[in-house]
Amino acid sequence: MSTPRGGALMRLKGMVRKESLQILRDPSSIAIAFVMPVVLLLLFGYGVSLDARHIPLGLVLEHPDANSSSFAAAFDQSEYFSPRYYTDIQSAERDLAAQRIDAIVWLRADFSKRLLARGDAPVGVILNGVDANQARITSGYVQGAWQSWLLAYAAARGQELKMPVAVEQRVWFNPALRSRNFLVPGLVAVIMTLIGALLTALVVAREWERGTMEALMVTPIRIRELLLGKVMPYFVLGMGGMLLSVAMARWQFDVPLQGSFWLLLIASAIFMLVALAMGLLISTVSRNQFVAGQIAILVTFLPAFILSGFIFDIGSMPAPIQVITHIVPARYFVAILQSLFMAGDIWPVVLGNAAALLLMMLVLFAVLRRKARKSLE
Amino acid sequence: MTAQTPSQPALELAGVSKTFHGGARAIAALQDVSLQIRPGQVTGLIGPDGAGKTTLMRLAAGLVSADAGMLKVLGIDVAHDPLAVQSSIGYMPQRFGLYEDLSVQENLDLYADLQGVPPGQRPARFAELLHMVGLAPFTGRLAGRLSGGMKQKLGLACTLVSPPRLLLLDEPTVGVDPVSRRELWSIVYRLVREHGTSVLLSTAYLDEAERCDAVILLHQGRLLGHGSPADFSGPLAGHSYSLTANLPKRRLQMLLARLPGVVDAIIEGERVRVVSREAAPPDLRALGETIPGLQVQPVAARFEDAFVMRLRGGAADAVDTAAAMQGSTRRVARAEDPAVIAVDQVQRRFGAFYAVKGVSFEVRQGEVFGLLGANGAGKSTTFRMLCGLLPASAGSLRVAGHDLRHAAAQARARIGYMAQRFSLYVHLSVRQNLTFFANAYNLPRARRASRIQWALHGFDLADYADLPSGDLSLGYKQRLALAAALMHEPDILFLDEPTSGVDPLARREFWQRINLLAESGVTVLVTTHFMDEANYCDRLLIMAEGETLAQGTPAEMKARFRTPQLPDPSMEDAFIGLIERRAESSGAAA
Repeated sequence: MSTPRGGALMRLKGMVRKESLQILRDPSSIAIAFVMPVVLLLLFGYGVSLDARHIPLGLVLEHPDANSSSFAAAFDQSEYFSPRYYTDIQSAERDLAAQRIDAIVWLRADFSKRLLARGDAPVGVILNGVDANQARITSGYVQGAWQSWLLAYAAARGQELKMPVAVEQRVWFNPALRSRNFLVPGLVAVIMTLIGALLTALVVAREWERGTMEALMVTPIRIRELLLGKVMPYFVLGMGGMLLSVAMARWQFDVPLQGSFWLLLIASAIFMLVALAMGLLISTVSRNQFVAGQIAILVTFLPAFILSGFIFDIGSMPAPIQVITHIVPARYFVAILQSLFMAGDIWPVVLGNAAALLLMMLVLFAVLRRKARKSLE
Repeated sequence: MTAQTPSQPALELAGVSKTFHGGARAIAALQDVSLQIRPGQVTGLIGPDGAGKTTLMRLAAGLVSADAGMLKVLGIDVAHDPLAVQSSIGYMPQRFGLYEDLSVQENLDLYADLQGVPPGQRPARFAELLHMVGLAPFTGRLAGRLSGGMKQKLGLACTLVSPPRLLLLDEPTVGVDPVSRRELWSIVYRLVREHGTSVLLSTAYLDEAERCDAVILLHQGRLLGHGSPADFSGPLAGHSYSLTANLPKRRLQMLLARLPGVVDAIIEGERVRVVSREAAPPDLRALGETIPGLQVQPVAARFEDAFVMRLRGGAADAVDTAAAMQGSTRRVARAEDPAVIAVDQVQRRFGAFYAVKGVSFEVRQGEVFGLLGANGAGKSTTFRMLCGLLPASAGSLRVAGHDLRHAAAQARARIGYMAQRFSLYVHLSVRQNLTFFANAYNLPRARRASRIQWALHGFDLADYADLPSGDLSLGYKQRLALAAALMHEPDILFLDEPTSGVDPLARREFWQRINLLAESGVTVLVTTHFMDEANYCDRLLIMAEGETLAQGTPAEMKARFRTPQLPDPSMEDAFIGLIERRAESSGAAA
């Protein structure tokens, strides 16, 4: 009989080796850990953009002349718009309805005459409000373009434009306003949730389905060794996926990492353990791969996507939903990630959120320890 | 080598009960079971599906806890210290507990780590085990690429890495070919003989009971008996007879089964074996007709006779199916019937793997034709091709005169098919399932109603007509599946492993119905891995690894293996002989 301690180490080593071999031989594990992150990053890095650029805009110049042309040129030169020109409002409205353009700026035939005569020339703006967010952005840009034209117009006449309050705008942390800079770090949280919770829940359910769990349980292995044997290899796999995502963010998408890499590593490690604990907990509830996958998607992946602040700002959610976001671990991690990538080591943000994650981890593992039993019931 | 105190039982149960709750229903898996298993011998745990065999195994392994009563394994209370129990037993679950994506060696390494085998002892232990199970040449092969028999032996080796004092084997021989079964038994005997291991082995094969030192008979969660096989069969001396007559064996069997004094009548070889309720030959006068050339011969009672006697409670309730099935009789089989199924040099390839290679056979009208072989021999693939569910890679298949390549739909209209697994809708009632199939076969309204009535009464399903079919017992599910396959009165009936998992009594009843159908002219094609069921077939095709091993009547096949030592070989002996001859010839060719 070997000593119990030596036995525990041997059992753990055996479990870890078995699990690692299975990961290496299972193409679906590798796909979730390494192919999926690349696909998601490429999709979100290149495909999804929350910036408004090259908005198709209809410019209706009912009576083209020097003034209306110079007004139109303000839109033409802007990188935010790609204007199309119309001479009557009807054809522009038709194109708006057909979604060929997103907005119409309408200069009536008397634009120049009223501009020169009374200085109260009206400009008509029609927006496609189906996508309210896009409509607001467009409206803001239209106003910006028109204001800068006004300034230039006034300056050209040696006048000062009278404005009681002037806005002087500076954008911090993401001066270029690239949505990629905040989407890509947030994706790291989603990818790690996928590996930690979904993959782990699936592989444990697979052991139940194939009957190997039953055989494992009738060996001297302790339940903590079994759990640890599952956690360790998938921890390494998940951190690998994380490093791959960070490397791609940094070098493929030029997202700057303002904060400390080591801090990022520590925060990720805590979040990884939270995700693993969730995955293992799901597997104690469901012993069927299909159901385990459904639960994992529903309670870990979708919340990480929607309720973490990765895409949708938590501050603008309705109050009850905001409350719910507090139980989504990804929320804390996304906050850490966005701060580390874009703002730097903002200690209050990092420490506060890391403490929340740490607490979640402890609670989840405590529940797991109580729930997981060496029993088929 | 025996290190145990001889007096201490290997396993002890006192008043053990276990109930499982599934939704609103409670299933009593074990009810007040008390028994003691003697150490250093093989104890067989025997009973039909749902008897509680697996539950008893899992209780002993500490995987589930008893609701009431006490379990001691090797003197240790399982509820109190399951880890101590798990450290000293070996347990092989029904699916062997192997990691299919790990190699043979890696599986052994894992279990050696888990069982705490010191690294220094491993090389010798592994070599010994691999030699014993014959897997030494395959250490690098992935477990998933092993045959069923090899998987079972690797599973056994894994449970033996640290020599257990009690070995629990849960249905280790299900779905495994007879050769592997025989090898498993010799390994088990060796363990008992050389290491004094106590073995508890559950099985649904009644013939395996005879190989055990002691037998525990479970039925519906209750202990029906415990003793040596002779203890069971001994009291039945003088009850068992073997009969022949100048009658087709199936006809004779049907006549005898209806006799009031007969508890059991089965076809065995070319004879009919009868168990009489009294210790005297059955009273043939009750037949009301004389059977030409009848010879009655007393034979030794065996465990199976005792099993049937106990489960039927001595009451002769051999089903009077003849009257019930009357409705489907349409014509009488003639001697020179045409071939209704013709298979010629059929091949089926999956990538580079040949599931079926060059199989040919013909089945005549009214014949019962069996496809025999272990799991993976190519039986099911052949079947799917005959049903038009899978195109052949080469060769031709004709069913009821239709070439399946061109007219699969026309052929299917003449076929009744009963799939391997229960394939009816579990949430629909019995009646709804039958109605669905009647509609699916496009029966006219009037016929539909009469066929549903026929099915409900002919198969004794009337009492359960409005019950969800998922709630039926396995035997009744199988009846319902057969009824559904017969809704459109097919000329040809395909049965894919119809009796696997069904208890021996239901199996007997099922074959009576099949006999009746064959007598009424229906052609039956059946696959099975129960060798004794081969006796019910007129002719057989034995397959191994996609090839034809032998073809002919059961009597012909057995005759090829008759030796002075073995004057009356069983179908299993014949099968093993065929496999061995094949291995020899391929060894000679190589």
